[in-house]
Amino acid sequence: MKTTEILVVGGGPAGLSAAIEAASLGAEVTVLDSDLKLGGQLIKQTHKFFGSKEEHAGTRGLTIADILFEELEKHKESGKVKVFSNATATGYYKEDGMVTYVVGEDEYVRIKPKKIVMATGAQERLIPFPNNDLPGVYGAGAVQTLMNVYGVAPGDKVLMVGAGNIGLIVSYQLMQAGVEIVGILEALPKIGGYWVHAAKVRRLGVPIYLQHTIKEALGDNIVEGAIIQEIDNKFQPVGDPKKVDCDIICLAVGLTPTCELLWQADCTMKFVPQLCGYVARRDALMRTSHPDIWVAGDAAGIEEASAAMVEGRIAGLAAAASLNHGTPEEHKKRSGIYHKRLEDLRAGEVGEKIRAGLCEVCCECWGE
Amino acid sequence: MTDKEKLYNSGILTEERPGAVRPPQELWETKKNGLVLIECPQRIPCNPCHTSCPTGAVLPFDDINDTPRIDYSKCTGCALCVAKCPGLACLVVDLTWGEADQALMKLPYEMLPLPAKGDEVACLNREGKEVHRGTVISVTEPWKDKTYVVHVSVPKALVMDIRAVKVVD
Repeated sequence: MKTTEILVVGGGPAGLSAAIEAASLGAEVTVLDSDLKLGGQLIKQTHKFFGSKEEHAGTRGLTIADILFEELEKHKESGKVKVFSNATATGYYKEDGMVTYVVGEDEYVRIKPKKIVMATGAQERLIPFPNNDLPGVYGAGAVQTLMNVYGVAPGDKVLMVGAGNIGLIVSYQLMQAGVEIVGILEALPKIGGYWVHAAKVRRLGVPIYLQHTIKEALGDNIVEGAIIQEIDNKFQPVGDPKKVDCDIICLAVGLTPTCELLWQADCTMKFVPQLCGYVARRDALMRTSHPDIWVAGDAAGIEEASAAMVEGRIAGLAAAASLNHGTPEEHKKRSGIYHKRLEDLRAGEVGEKIRAGLCEVCCECWGE
Repeated sequence: MTDKEKLYNSGILTEERPGAVRPPQELWETKKNGLVLIECPQRIPCNPCHTSCPTGAVLPFDDINDTPRIDYSKCTGCALCVAKCPGLACLVVDLTWGEADQALMKLPYEMLPLPAKGDEVACLNREGKEVHRGTVISVTEPWKDKTYVVHVSVPKALVMDIRAVKVVD
């Protein structure tokens, strides 16, 4: 059995930030990530990020991952941080606070942390339609992994379903890879992602079909086309369905927080539509109802990576503080800065949904 | 929903809005090297246009969600924001360039292949329709981060239409 002061589950933007923050205060940290390479979604993000300088705005996601790796590396050298990739956390045992993880496919490890930051990220949602199990129907995250991590173009002609930021950005990245986008479907009368992301693909000739949905994928063994349907404000069909020629159908219809470990730990959970699923109730410092467990990033509610990085900082800071690393003055100073940054990131019209969702799950403190 | 709203809701600018305004005409026509145009009409948390501006022409943001505001008297048309903006929402238009009916546009470019000086490229409007064939005057990479700025000659009459270039065979 291993031990560690702080276990960070997930090495994406939130987890990396939590680990760096905790280590910078002198805590001993172990990071687990199920992927071969750390960085979570950042390593697939070939586009430049929004936000402010502090969140590396104007820098590509994969470059931000490198910046975080470099920062983490400094703490690894001092021996304060241990990182295990290809290591999937499989369970939390509330009887003794043990976490288990599998390295590769056969090495099973038990680790007993004093504190845990759950930064487990999110899973892609899919929508039901006939033939959605045909090869050629992908989640947008899978397309990004294929294309931007492994350098494989998924196909020649893509129908994108969903005009949120992921649908818009992945469309742009597919075009950069030389793949044609035959159209982007959006069920609502307005794109859900940033307007500038839509403008970027529109001016390169990509049609965005508002109030349209996919009705059916066509093909016997692989995707050979799709039937799309215009819908009204009540999502009822209007007019005749249309046939679209494509060999890939890419679903960018949302994410949902990955929270199994939080359920296992008996954290108080709540279904919050604005945060895209079940999330743990937490205090301002990201602590869940379990006194030794913090949450950060998409696992705490679906949001941009810029916010995930700040949440990670807060959770890492609070977990380290609970073990008396750093001084109260330092904690107060840092937490003030991070909270101001989060507030700024969420202040606009796009943050409205997040703000409403957070009202549902945030409590002032756990009243000890 | 009107057709205009439909267009705007799908990412096409149909008229001036806060965060997407024309420079003052008089200054624009005489400003050597051009002035920036930013088409960023939605309040989103983002400010690199301001932080990358070396002259302070893109004004400081009170709230990071504000849409950009520009002091055109300070803009030198350097195009650093053009290459920095994550939304590719900035471009520079130099109305003093070339013959009387010509202008130079400095547009962000992140596709392959990269055009070269002297190439003829398709100039596309906000809906991706080709409206002109222009000549590439130069290609720069201001931040050395693979976002290029393509300088292309266009008719003055089309500077409010052309928003992208595409390499053609």
